[in-house]
Amino acid sequence: MSTTTVTRPGAKIRPSGVGARGNGSHDDGRFPGGGGPPSGPGRSGGGDEFHPEKYRIAVWVIVVGVVMLFVALSSAYLFRSAWQPLDGPSDWTPLWRPRVLWLNTAIIIASSVTLEVARRFLKREKYLFFNRWMSMTALLGLGFLAGQFMAWRQFVGQGIYLRTNPHSSYFYLLTSLHALHLLGGLVALSYVTVRGLRFNFGVRQDAAVQATSIYWHFMDALWVFLFVLLFFWR
Amino acid sequence: MGKALGILIWLLVVGVVLLFLAHDIWGSAQTWWLPHAISEHGAAYDSEFKITLVVVAIAFILAQIALGYVVFSYGANKAGRAVYSHGNTRLEVTWTVITLAVFGTLGVMGQRVWAGLHFNEAPPGSISVEVTAQQFGWNFRYPGADGQFGRTDPKQVDDSTGNPVGIDEKDPAGKDDIVSTTLSVPVNRPVHLILRSKDVIHSFFVPNLRFKQDLVPGMAINVHFTPIETGRYEITCAELCGLGHYKMRSFLDVMSEEDYAKWLKDRAPAQ
Amino acid sequence: MAETADAIHHHEAPRGFIRKYIFSLDHKVIGIQYWLLALVAALVGMTLSVLMRLQLAYPNQEFGFLKWIFPNAAANGTISPELYLSLMTMHGTIMVFFVLTTAPQGGFGNYILPIQIGAADMAFPRLNMLSFWTTFLAFVVMVLAFFAETGVIGPIGGWTGYPPLSALGEIAGPGEGTAVMLWIISIALFCIGSLLGALNFITTMLNMRTRGMTLTRLPLTCWAWFTTAVLALLSFPVLLSAGILLLLEHLAGTSFFIPANSIVNGKLLTDRSGGSPILWQHLFWFFGHPEVYIAIVPGMGLTSQVLSTFARKPIFGYRVMIYAIFAIGLLGFFVWGHHMFISGMAPMTATVFSLVTLVIGVPSAIKTFNWLGTMWGARIRFTAAMLFAIGFVSLFVSGGITGLFLGQTSLDLHLHDTYFVAGHFHMIMGVAAIFGMFAGTYYWLPKMFGRMMNETLGKIHFWCTFIGVNCIFIPFHIMGIMGAPRRYSLHWNPVTGEGLQYLQTMGPLTKFASYAAFFTAAAQIIFFANLIYSMFKGPKASENPWEATTLEWVIPSPPPHDNFGGHEPTVYRGPYEYSVPGAPKDYCMQTDPEPSESPESEH
Repeated sequence: MSTTTVTRPGAKIRPSGVGARGNGSHDDGRFPGGGGPPSGPGRSGGGDEFHPEKYRIAVWVIVVGVVMLFVALSSAYLFRSAWQPLDGPSDWTPLWRPRVLWLNTAIIIASSVTLEVARRFLKREKYLFFNRWMSMTALLGLGFLAGQFMAWRQFVGQGIYLRTNPHSSYFYLLTSLHALHLLGGLVALSYVTVRGLRFNFGVRQDAAVQATSIYWHFMDALWVFLFVLLFFWR
Repeated sequence: MGKALGILIWLLVVGVVLLFLAHDIWGSAQTWWLPHAISEHGAAYDSEFKITLVVVAIAFILAQIALGYVVFSYGANKAGRAVYSHGNTRLEVTWTVITLAVFGTLGVMGQRVWAGLHFNEAPPGSISVEVTAQQFGWNFRYPGADGQFGRTDPKQVDDSTGNPVGIDEKDPAGKDDIVSTTLSVPVNRPVHLILRSKDVIHSFFVPNLRFKQDLVPGMAINVHFTPIETGRYEITCAELCGLGHYKMRSFLDVMSEEDYAKWLKDRAPAQ
Repeated sequence: MAETADAIHHHEAPRGFIRKYIFSLDHKVIGIQYWLLALVAALVGMTLSVLMRLQLAYPNQEFGFLKWIFPNAAANGTISPELYLSLMTMHGTIMVFFVLTTAPQGGFGNYILPIQIGAADMAFPRLNMLSFWTTFLAFVVMVLAFFAETGVIGPIGGWTGYPPLSALGEIAGPGEGTAVMLWIISIALFCIGSLLGALNFITTMLNMRTRGMTLTRLPLTCWAWFTTAVLALLSFPVLLSAGILLLLEHLAGTSFFIPANSIVNGKLLTDRSGGSPILWQHLFWFFGHPEVYIAIVPGMGLTSQVLSTFARKPIFGYRVMIYAIFAIGLLGFFVWGHHMFISGMAPMTATVFSLVTLVIGVPSAIKTFNWLGTMWGARIRFTAAMLFAIGFVSLFVSGGITGLFLGQTSLDLHLHDTYFVAGHFHMIMGVAAIFGMFAGTYYWLPKMFGRMMNETLGKIHFWCTFIGVNCIFIPFHIMGIMGAPRRYSLHWNPVTGEGLQYLQTMGPLTKFASYAAFFTAAAQIIFFANLIYSMFKGPKASENPWEATTLEWVIPSPPPHDNFGGHEPTVYRGPYEYSVPGAPKDYCMQTDPEPSESPESEH
């Protein structure tokens, strides 16, 4: 039974004897059932058991945030492309479409495929196959970045920079922001790959792979969206 | 404490009401309200304003009085315990429906003057004036006797030689254009303004007209209104445009038709 | 080596000053850090506004101390127009971001949310620490912007930073170059810090509730913090994107917002074309409107909590209160155009925004009715915290109701960018939301520091502040009706005849508002003195000095490092079970089991 005194606000309070400090190792009746290990997922607890769902929730939250960033910039892009200047014709001159971007699109889609293959192997605990396919995914991701770099270089070689025309401004901005976010995904991919190569499997690896996959597939879909927006919708 | 607080809140109501009625009650506070309306839509504006004021006043007074009342009446020293209630669904539905109806009606009513001014173009017979704002002054351009605005060329803009809007000297239609730093218009005729800006966003605001519109670089915005009373009224800039924002003041001069014709003739460039 | 699902890593209390108080992973320390940052920012912001009111009341008076503080910008003892505008810009920016978006959510939310849901910490403590230090860095950069250009103090552009003024750089005037760039960078950092925080709040609320804490047993503060976090998640990336575009205008010569053929200061710009200034406004206000709800919603949750506690009554209409917060949050994304009615936007679009805007007033009205309903039939204990919560309700009414004017397109034709708008948003953000912060401080300081604040001083603080803020901002509405434009360092100078003639008679209102501002600012000394003294030397607090019901009142004051001492609390009841008929005391803690209750049954 609790012995804490309940006081009126403003009254002088003497420190109570129960639960006033420290890590209450006693049971003062306020926690019936004591402090045994909590059952089921999603429970907080005295210790810090591993809660895999929180990483899944977190990565979806991240996806929503990144979506909003690109929704804002895509809207700005659409707004700009429809803008009519006061005098003269529209100054909207879309860039030509480099072929390397097709290759990059294929690479990133392939990386999503290899990622899914890797995940399935992980579920069946076929760790060697997982490692192989996961490493391939990471390499393909790196390849995508290299390919983007090549596309930028092609434009720069023609004297097309960030400020050259509105389409180029949005092209460089959107593709570099995408590449930046993809780099984050690549870091995550490398992390789970290295963990796998060290045979560090278990619940943590499962959660990490799941979170990484969600993010990576999103990066893939985002690229396809941007590719279509910048070079087909115009 | 509850009693004192309740009284304070009621006093707040009294104070606010007095302040909002000051222009009616005290001669020296006459101007503590909307300035005299001189536009055709001014009466409709003021009527919408008054209706909204009445609704807002009722809501404000009722809510604050209710707050003062509960604070006054339900102190901890009242006998017994508080009423254990988690709510009342019927009450919730009732006041939601009423509030939605009132706010919705205000919303619909609040489009009337807006629609009248903006959902249609300037009527035929309007005086057209092109307004070009800059840091920190106004340029009002009249098309002159030929009724045509001359072409403008940004490269020919030169404040120092008296061509602030850059009328193209190669365009004959521009030879009779008049550029003034004040806006003169005849009374009882619709005024069509074409709003432009050279540098940053400004805003054309004449309180007596009950009218305001931003001037955005890269855009030519068409607006219209009809002044129905002569006099000199101040134009002020209502969008932060730099450190001279507070000094960017001009005048709207509404005059009779004869005076207006004379004003134009006096300023017509020598042919 | 495989791990088991039950692998536990110890959540030991940190040792050493740095790990305990500086780079702490403990949500309680981080919450206090946010709250302290907001207090410092509030002091800075308040000082700036006092200087502004000084200039407005005494435009001809030379003040020696001004020469001393601002040797360049106030060289003749008066605040120059450019200095006034930069004070105004920094006042708005600091108050909106570093006070209103920091203390209610990052401060109290961080501290109290995990405890109220029965968790030992936030879902991601390291991320939490990172989000605070990012926000802190943003504040440092903002302060640097004060000193970026000589002759001005900080950027000029208002907290809304409309281009082209904010995009053209120095040719558009002082305070438009480096100062603006630092301002953008600070805001970008702030966006990132907020997003990291939002991530933590959402994950924690969804994933870390204790046994028996079903969604309908959550305190309304938790619902408010959750909704605010979702609003932040959806709106801050948009601000970030706008900031990136604006920064590129400065750094890379792009033309996102700058149109062709701009002639600035006599110079024709030939290297820009096709940009739209209105694009910025769309992006900014798409963020900006949810932002004002981010500023007020935690205060609404807190008001519900405090009112219920000291009225000794359950909150009136708990579920409706949650739906109202959701409605406000959702509708808040569809009204941004009401800041832009006369911006050059298509008039029909303005009408649509206007109609939705009037609808969003409805859930706010419902919440007000419910607060009144909570106090009806109550037994109110008038503590300082309660006074500020009651004040919140009054100010929310006063501030919110003028939205009915501004939301109508027609009325906005006259009222836009006048002091009427300034009166509206100051009442609702600069006062109601601040009252929420005060209420939260008086309410939770005993828990946070284990010491009670002085109640008498708290009551005096309330009376002075409540009277003071009404005296400052109600006159603003009259000034706006008269047509006084915003962001003017001078409306009318009776001595020199400079200014707007139609505002000649406004002088008494201006002066009165300024005197009220000086008085109110001075009254805050009472608060700070009380706060600082009580934090260290106030009488010790018990675990539940207010006889409240939610989980933070179950644990010691201040709480141990892992909040619940290694136990997982079990929740049996709703959050506001006060004056339950037949119960021995006039409150039942959430952890008090009912005779035949089991934790999993829905309440």
